[in-house]
Amino acid sequence: MTTLTLAQALNQALDFALRDSPDVLVMGEDVGRTGGVFRITEGLQERYGRERVIDTPVAESGIVGVGFGMAVAGMRPVLEMQFMGFSYPAFDQVINHVSRIRNRSRHRFTAPLVLRLPYGGGIGAAEHHSESTEALYAHVPGLKVVVASRPVDAAGLLRAAIDDPDPVVFLEPIRLYRAVKEDVPDDVVTTPIGIAAVERAGTDITLLSWGAMMKEAREAADRLGGAGVSVELIDIRTLVPFDVDTVATSVAKTGRAVVIHEAPRTCGFGAEVVAQIQELCLYDLLAPVVRVTGWDTVFPLKRGEHHYLPSADRIVSAAERVLAA
Amino acid sequence: MGSDEEMLQILTPLGDLVGDAPVGLDEATELYRWMVAARAYDRKGSALQLQGRLATYAPFEGQEAAQIGSAAALEPDDWMVATYRDAAAMWHHGYPLDLLVLGRTGDERGGCPPKGLNVLPPSITVGGHMVHAVGLAWAERLKGSQRIALTYFGDGATSEGDFHEAMNFAGAFGVGCVFVCENNGWAISMPREEQTASATIAQKAVAYGMPGVLVDGNDVFAVYAATRQAVDRARAGTGPTLIEAVTYRMGPHSSADDPNRYRARETVDDWRRRDPIERMQRYLAEHGRWSAEWQAAVEQEVVADVERAVATAEALAPPTFDEMLDGMYAALPSHLVAQRAEGEEQGS
Repeated sequence: MTTLTLAQALNQALDFALRDSPDVLVMGEDVGRTGGVFRITEGLQERYGRERVIDTPVAESGIVGVGFGMAVAGMRPVLEMQFMGFSYPAFDQVINHVSRIRNRSRHRFTAPLVLRLPYGGGIGAAEHHSESTEALYAHVPGLKVVVASRPVDAAGLLRAAIDDPDPVVFLEPIRLYRAVKEDVPDDVVTTPIGIAAVERAGTDITLLSWGAMMKEAREAADRLGGAGVSVELIDIRTLVPFDVDTVATSVAKTGRAVVIHEAPRTCGFGAEVVAQIQELCLYDLLAPVVRVTGWDTVFPLKRGEHHYLPSADRIVSAAERVLAA
Repeated sequence: MGSDEEMLQILTPLGDLVGDAPVGLDEATELYRWMVAARAYDRKGSALQLQGRLATYAPFEGQEAAQIGSAAALEPDDWMVATYRDAAAMWHHGYPLDLLVLGRTGDERGGCPPKGLNVLPPSITVGGHMVHAVGLAWAERLKGSQRIALTYFGDGATSEGDFHEAMNFAGAFGVGCVFVCENNGWAISMPREEQTASATIAQKAVAYGMPGVLVDGNDVFAVYAATRQAVDRARAGTGPTLIEAVTYRMGPHSSADDPNRYRARETVDDWRRRDPIERMQRYLAEHGRWSAEWQAAVEQEVVADVERAVATAEALAPPTFDEMLDGMYAALPSHLVAQRAEGEEQGS
C-alpha cells in the first residue's frame, strides 16, 4: 500500500496496464513529453517509448478515430482528451463509430478503447475547461460510462475499463485529482464496472452522487450525521450500466433521496436516477426525490464559479427539506 | 514527393495502350471479368431496389475500374475501409456476395464478414472512416505485421474535417495507409468544381507530406499500377499515398434522387464514351481475349447469383429482438437485461 492522490493512482494504473500488455497504448495531446496537462501520464513515455505513449497532433476526432482503428485491429488504446469540453469534435467518432461497430458488424469487429475525459469545474479554468456533460455520453447505446471519486476506485475502474471488451468513457474529476489521498495497493487493482458503492450505511436518507461532487456529498453527510441524521451515502461510480439495484435497495430502506451532480439539471443523469427510483420505489418514498445540481447555464468563468457548483450547504438544505416533508 | 498534375493513363478510351500494361493478358482478362461482374451486380441491385427488395441502394456504375483496379493491388488479408458505394471493391477483396446482398436488404448480419477477411462494414456517414484506416494500418505496424490498410472515399468526403485529420495523422506518423479518392464528379448534387478550389484532389497530398497521384479512374490499368505502387510503398514502411481516381458516377447518388435535376445529359454521354469496361473490351478483343458469348455468360452468372442471394436473404428470418439487444455489448448489461424482459412482456 502507498498513499496516493487520485492523479497518482491513475498514473500507476496506466503504468501497470502498459507493463502487463503490449496491446495497451496511451495516445493524446501532450501525453508523452510533458505527461499530459494534468500529468496523469507522467513518466510513461520514458518507460514505454514513443511507440506506445504517443503524442498526437491537436485533433480530437483524429485521436478517437485513429484509436478506433487501432482497437479494431486488436490494440487497447487509452485515449486522452485534455478536457471534456474539448471532446466534442470527436463526438461523431464516438457516437457513429466507436459505440456501434460491434452491432453493425454483429460482434465481428469491436472497439475496446478507453476515452479519458478530465471533467468538471472548481479550478478557475478558462472557458470550456469546466464541462460536466456526462449525460451526453450516457445517452449513447454501446458505451459504458464510469467515474471515480477516490484513488482506489480510480485505479480499479481504469484497469477494469482497459480490460473491458467494450468502449468505456472514463471521467476524471479534475477538482479531485490532488484533493483526495488514499492507500492504494502496490499492484493491479480492479473495481467492477456497473456496481455502485455504498460508502456509508444509514437509514434516514440516501445521498446519491458521483465523481467530483462526492466531496461535497461527503461533507454534507458529515454535517447531517453530526445533527443526528443517519445518512446512506452512495457513490454511483458507473453511470452506464447503472446499478439500479443498489440504489433502489437503499431508497426503499430510507424512503428519502437527494441526487447531486454538477452538470446542468435538465436531462442531466440525475433525471435518469430519479426516474428509475420512482419506477421501482414510488410507494416506499416518504418525500419527493430532490436534485441538487448545477444550473441550466453555461459554466461561469473563474470569478463566478461559486454561483454554479453545488455546495455542501445546498445539499444539507435540500436534505433538510426532504427530511421535513 | 508532391502532386503529379499529369493524369496517369495507360489505356485510352479507345482501348489503345499508351504506356506499359501493368499485367499480362490473363490477369487483364480477370480484371475485365470482375468489372463486368460488378456492373451486372450493380444494375441488378438497382433493379431489386426498385422492386422494393433492397433498401436504399447507391449505384457505382462507371466506377468499376476505380474499384476493381485498386482492390486488385491488395493482399487478401489487407484491411479495406470502404463506403456504401464500394461493393465492387469489397466483393473483389473477398466479401461474400451473399453477405453484400444481405446487408443491402437492411440487415446488420451483412456487416459480419468471415474471420480472416479484414473488411469493415461500409461507412454510411461521409468521411469519418478514413481515420479508421490510419489506425488499422498503424496497429498492424506496431504488431509487426505486413498488413496495410486501404480506404475509399468520394470527392465530397475530402471536404470533411476527418479527411484532414486522417491525412495529417498518416503523414505525420508515416502510416502505411493508401487513400483512394474515387472522384466521381458529384456529391449528390454538388459538382466537384464547387466542392473545393483545389485544381485536383491529388494535389492536397502535398500539404500532408505524402505523394498524390492523379489517375484516369476509368482506366483499370492505370488505377492498378498506381495502387500497386502505393501499396508496395505502404508495405515497405515508406508511408501513405493519396490516389485520386478521376471517374464518373453514371447513375444517381442513390435510389432516392434524380440526377437529371442537376446535371446535363450531354456530360453523362461524354463520360459514357470514356467507359471503363468498353475500353478494356476493345483491348482484349484486339488480343483475341473477348467474345460476346463469354461476356453474356459472366453477366448471366452474376445476375443468377444475386437473385439467389436476395432469395436467400429474404428466406432468412429477420434479426430477433434479442439479437438487436445482444449487438450492443460483449455481454448483456443489467439495464438491457431488464429491457429484454420488458420487451418480451410487451410482445417483442
